[in-house]
Amino acid sequence: MISVEIDGKEIQVEEDTTILNAAKALDIRIPTLCYNELIEPYAVCRICTVEVIRGKRTRLVTACNYPLRESVKVRTNSERVMRLRRMNLELLMARAPAARIIQEMAAEIGLETTRFPIENPKESCILCGLCVQMCQDVVGAYAIGFADRGSKREVSTPYERTPETCILCGACAQVCPTGHIRMTDAEERIIHSKLSLGPNAAITIPFRQAVPNVPRIHAEHCIHFKTGECMLCSKVCPKNCIHYDDKDEIEEFEIGAVIVATGFNDFDPTPMKQFGYGRYPNILTGVEFEQMNNAGSPTSGKIVMENGEEPRSVAILHCIGSRDENYHKYCSRVCCMYALKFAHLVKEKSNAEVYQLYIDMRAFGKGYEEFYQRILDEGVNVIRGKGSEIVPNRSGAGDGALLVRCEDTLIGKFREIPVDMVVLCTALEARGDATDLARKLNISAGADGWFIESHPKLGPVSTTTEGIYLAGVCQGPKDIPDAVAQGGAAAAQTMKMLALGELLMDAAYAEIAEEFCSGCRICNGLCPYNAISFDETKKISAVNSAMCKACGTCVAACPTGAIAARHFTDEQIYAQIEGILV
Amino acid sequence: MSFEPKILGILCNWCSYTGADLAGTARMKYPANMRSVRVMCTGRVDPGFILNALRSGADGVLICGCHPGDCHYIEGNYKCMRRIPLTKKLLADMGIDPRRLRLEWVSASEGARFQSVVTEFTEEIRALGPLELRELNFDAEHPAGTAQKISAAAS
Repeated sequence: MISVEIDGKEIQVEEDTTILNAAKALDIRIPTLCYNELIEPYAVCRICTVEVIRGKRTRLVTACNYPLRESVKVRTNSERVMRLRRMNLELLMARAPAARIIQEMAAEIGLETTRFPIENPKESCILCGLCVQMCQDVVGAYAIGFADRGSKREVSTPYERTPETCILCGACAQVCPTGHIRMTDAEERIIHSKLSLGPNAAITIPFRQAVPNVPRIHAEHCIHFKTGECMLCSKVCPKNCIHYDDKDEIEEFEIGAVIVATGFNDFDPTPMKQFGYGRYPNILTGVEFEQMNNAGSPTSGKIVMENGEEPRSVAILHCIGSRDENYHKYCSRVCCMYALKFAHLVKEKSNAEVYQLYIDMRAFGKGYEEFYQRILDEGVNVIRGKGSEIVPNRSGAGDGALLVRCEDTLIGKFREIPVDMVVLCTALEARGDATDLARKLNISAGADGWFIESHPKLGPVSTTTEGIYLAGVCQGPKDIPDAVAQGGAAAAQTMKMLALGELLMDAAYAEIAEEFCSGCRICNGLCPYNAISFDETKKISAVNSAMCKACGTCVAACPTGAIAARHFTDEQIYAQIEGILV
Repeated sequence: MSFEPKILGILCNWCSYTGADLAGTARMKYPANMRSVRVMCTGRVDPGFILNALRSGADGVLICGCHPGDCHYIEGNYKCMRRIPLTKKLLADMGIDPRRLRLEWVSASEGARFQSVVTEFTEEIRALGPLELRELNFDAEHPAGTAQKISAAAS
């Protein structure tokens, strides 16, 4: 440890600590421009220049990379330092007049104009090389570098073409202190990281209050998994928690019951070309709008358009993909109410006009109809008629860049509503792998992919397979209270079963009379539950009564009549038939 | 007195029987000609049930199960779907109009469909008239004796 003095304040630091870090520990602010704590200091902007006094000698050095030694005194705001900083800023203003941060720093010390000639008023690059260092040393992509020399020096891609090695990570834009590098899409539109929805770093905590509340790496976006370099996150993690070689593993558990709560997919409205989702700006799905409204969202919960402005009007379209012959015939049940909530949020957070376009307003639950009335009182425009098309508002008339076309079925007129933003209330959809899962669990999924409960009224939680219970939207669209109720019921059913310690079976199942079984094995392949096995020593088939669900398919197929379905034996059914036909 | 056909309905427990229940609770009217027997699944339907019913005095047999893909037992209705055309062939060979046997899909929520299926099938059987086997006193226990009776009746 050595003792140094900065602006008259003493501090004990490790030898070779930079002046900048020591000053930070003392809460003394030294302005920086090209400094980034994750990258080896390059000391090119000279903004952090300070005065160092060692004995009788004084020197001007850059704070970001000057290593401190014993009994050094530092002055960060002496007259000499300020004069130099002023000169530096004047030169930088002439070099990069379009860089806002330099203007701000100049304004801070009372500098308004530069004495030096401005060559390019649109220039904002100060040639600090942070981007080049980032791309080469951290990312390891070598996609950008310095070209030319002297006054013609510039940051460029090789031969000014799109480099093949660029992985579009955006790290260069991230570190650029003046905002000279920007990520744009193919149409030269700026991809504004702060306005795109959802946290978009390659390492994120999935959402607030996630369990477990730890970040995870999205390998498909992580620079390390593309180039093998970077690893900045592990460098800054004080507890060495980051493991790049962690992989998904398959673990086996012995369990007594299963609760299926696999949820749903959000319907993708891209195939519905008429709604222009993905083609026109400011058309969001319900989930995206919800994300934007979250206080933890990149917009901090503000309702804004892609250009950062508040929308003047918002249309909320119900039944996108649900109650639709071409997509899903069923009602998704939750949309009406969340659409009304959205209307309320827009009214609360902005002055925008809100239009609700609905087929039928289904405010079915406790307090829901009252909420609908409240929305009406808030002045939301409620239009009965499904939105048919969204097109750009080419004429520019009205408060909106988009036109929503619909038929107002209450007044019997075709309408075109100009709006700035559209929210599509997309259908709840069964997960794509629902049928596979149903097969694995020996439960059934309906034509729409929702898992089928054992009875629509009397068994809404259990399934046809004992010990497997359903909870939530995987069984059918439902709102949060219903999903919570079903989840609670499923948990209670499971506890009941586990506490009992043994399984109660239905008394109806198939039995094979050994003496009549010819061992033909026809029944073996018919059983959908694999309950029939073949005894190789006795050369006969046997039914596992715990697995049998008493469908009777094997009974009807048995050529020797050896299989009997308890409670549905041939004798019983023949007797019934003859009895009722008398 | 007009001809009132007797029809046997074999309904699967999970879809069609529940659908019939729904038709009942919804107060939907359908002809009383159909008498139903519940099986757990249409896969349980043995062609013997159909022959037995026709012998015992039924003029038609209606089998109702879950829609394909909706079977409570995953694929029992597909098994039935394969058995019924074969049974129809067998009926034709025996000189019975195969239209007297019909397989329909009625889900638990389709009370109205159950009503229309039963009504329509009853009308069809009514149009076909009574099954003549009854007059021939068909005897499954002694098929040879029946054949004699048939030839006697024919002469």
